[in-house]
Amino acid sequence: MKYESQSVAKNYFIFAMVLFAGQAVFGLIMGLQYIVGDFLAGYIPFNVARMVHTNLLIVWLLFGFMGASYYLVPEESETELYSPLLARIMFWVFAAAGVATILGYLFVPYSKLAELTFNELLPTMGREFLEMPTITKIGVVVVVLAFIFNLGMTILRGRKTVINMVLITGLIGLAVFFLFSFYLPDNLILDKFFWWFVVHLWVEGVWELIMGAILAFTLIKVTGVDREIIEKWLYIIIALALISGLIGMGHHYFWIGPSEYWLWLGSIFSAIEPIPFFMMVVFAFKMVRERRMEHGNQVALTWALGTAVMAFLGAGVWGFIHTLAPVNYYTHGSQITAAHGHLAFFGAYAMIVMTIISYAMPIMRGRPQGNCMRAQKLERTGFWIMCISMLGITLALTVAGVWQIVLQRLPDDANALSFMATQEQLHPIFWVRLVFGLTFTSGIAVYFTSFFVGDAKGLVVNEDLALQKASQA
Amino acid sequence: MADNFTKGMARNIYYGGGVFFFLLLMGLTFDTMLVLPERDHRENITEAVAEGKKIWENNDCVGCHSLMGEGAYFAPELANVFDRYADSDSDGVGDDQATFEAFLQNWMAIQPLNVPGRRQMPQFNLSKEDVHNLSEFLIWTSRVNDNDWPPNKQG
Repeated sequence: MKYESQSVAKNYFIFAMVLFAGQAVFGLIMGLQYIVGDFLAGYIPFNVARMVHTNLLIVWLLFGFMGASYYLVPEESETELYSPLLARIMFWVFAAAGVATILGYLFVPYSKLAELTFNELLPTMGREFLEMPTITKIGVVVVVLAFIFNLGMTILRGRKTVINMVLITGLIGLAVFFLFSFYLPDNLILDKFFWWFVVHLWVEGVWELIMGAILAFTLIKVTGVDREIIEKWLYIIIALALISGLIGMGHHYFWIGPSEYWLWLGSIFSAIEPIPFFMMVVFAFKMVRERRMEHGNQVALTWALGTAVMAFLGAGVWGFIHTLAPVNYYTHGSQITAAHGHLAFFGAYAMIVMTIISYAMPIMRGRPQGNCMRAQKLERTGFWIMCISMLGITLALTVAGVWQIVLQRLPDDANALSFMATQEQLHPIFWVRLVFGLTFTSGIAVYFTSFFVGDAKGLVVNEDLALQKASQA
Repeated sequence: MADNFTKGMARNIYYGGGVFFFLLLMGLTFDTMLVLPERDHRENITEAVAEGKKIWENNDCVGCHSLMGEGAYFAPELANVFDRYADSDSDGVGDDQATFEAFLQNWMAIQPLNVPGRRQMPQFNLSKEDVHNLSEFLIWTSRVNDNDWPPNKQG
């Protein structure tokens, strides 16, 4: 570790992984509820399990982005973090707020939670992904502002590298767009229009800048490729992300009230959205192929390449298949949406966080060339189990979605099957999905185990690289 | 990568493209704000409709249901539930508000249905006024011009 203050990232990464495990547990609960509809009814209604699952996702990704930023900004800036103390305090504030919110969801009926947290003073509760009480939202703003301030001061004092500037731009965008979560009008259509300013402009906008910066940083460190080349690629990727994604937001405006011209603008621009993800694949593979060094942490490279591929599949391909308005008319709000959402979020954002963890954690634990080979192999096994399982979940949901559309959406009023009757028909496919959910969770367990194993001699550092080099001498 | 396409050019495309399309988005947002009143019939957002939206939010209905296709996919789409249950002349559009509200009052009161294995809707302990407001909200929602979505009654 080049700068002592980078170590504040450790707690953020560890907590992110704890929340990830929690997210998976609630995913499994819902997977079973899809089939055994009254499973845990009265204790954990589906909507509670869902808000825990999705909110844990968002919060663990935020912890991951924060850890990534606290790790890479000092190194990029070539100066210590402005205030490690502030970063440590904010970790505990954010963690406490997060835990309290999740406990609130689980132990208090939602309408009661709204009452207890004085929602009526500034109502912001009751929307998808933004279920957290207003006071939690205010807490998030405080934590994120402190985080950006800390990083901003660090960058101001040090080198304003392209990676730093792209990252901080993405993070400022994240903060600014989050403010739209406080706007909750009586008019449902205005509500929905601006809700997407948080969700779309996050995941199909500024989060792509954050992901690009983290990927670029990791590739520079592990391949040794010239910074100039990597920075050029980063600019191209984020240029395409914004050029496609800003007006591409229109693909959410097809069926919620805005005018017909959004059907054209949204379709055309969002059809371009896969391109930056495709460029990330080309970029990552090219940098690895043209690498100038053999870094000991090979599994970090596996994660980097895997992230690019899975993000392209989930966000790019699965996004594209239902983004054109004539198709989306039938697929909107179906299991196709769930299929795309899972693979996109996992492939792009869950995986980029695990990529930086794979690279940075060993270093912070005193293993600059990565964990020992045995641990890396186990980590790679966890990687493959998770990736294949998520692809399995996605394929199952895609089949379910197509069948749902055939039964429920394509026929006319007289012949269409009802929602509930259709869901019954999909049960066999939901069983397949649940099985992949179980294997995915086992993948997480394998992945976690890799952090705790040493090699046959009980060593934990990657000695193999030194041995290889010695034997080649 | 061709060497005559420099990092500086890439950076300029990012800045230029980013700013241009952001401004375009702002322009289209402004235009949408001007056009929406004709499409959302906001003059019909009565106090009951507004209160109904609060009931919808405070009970996290969107956690199981979708509304205009957005939300969860565990339970039926509700933007067109008025069309589904109160279309007395079978033209695809709901028309019988009284019947719809009566249906909803009964539906909300009898939850949970306790059918073994069936996806269960909780009892939300709503007052009759709450359910009236919720009904008004769902009726208003069904009348928004959303480019003819969903494709059929089932949502």
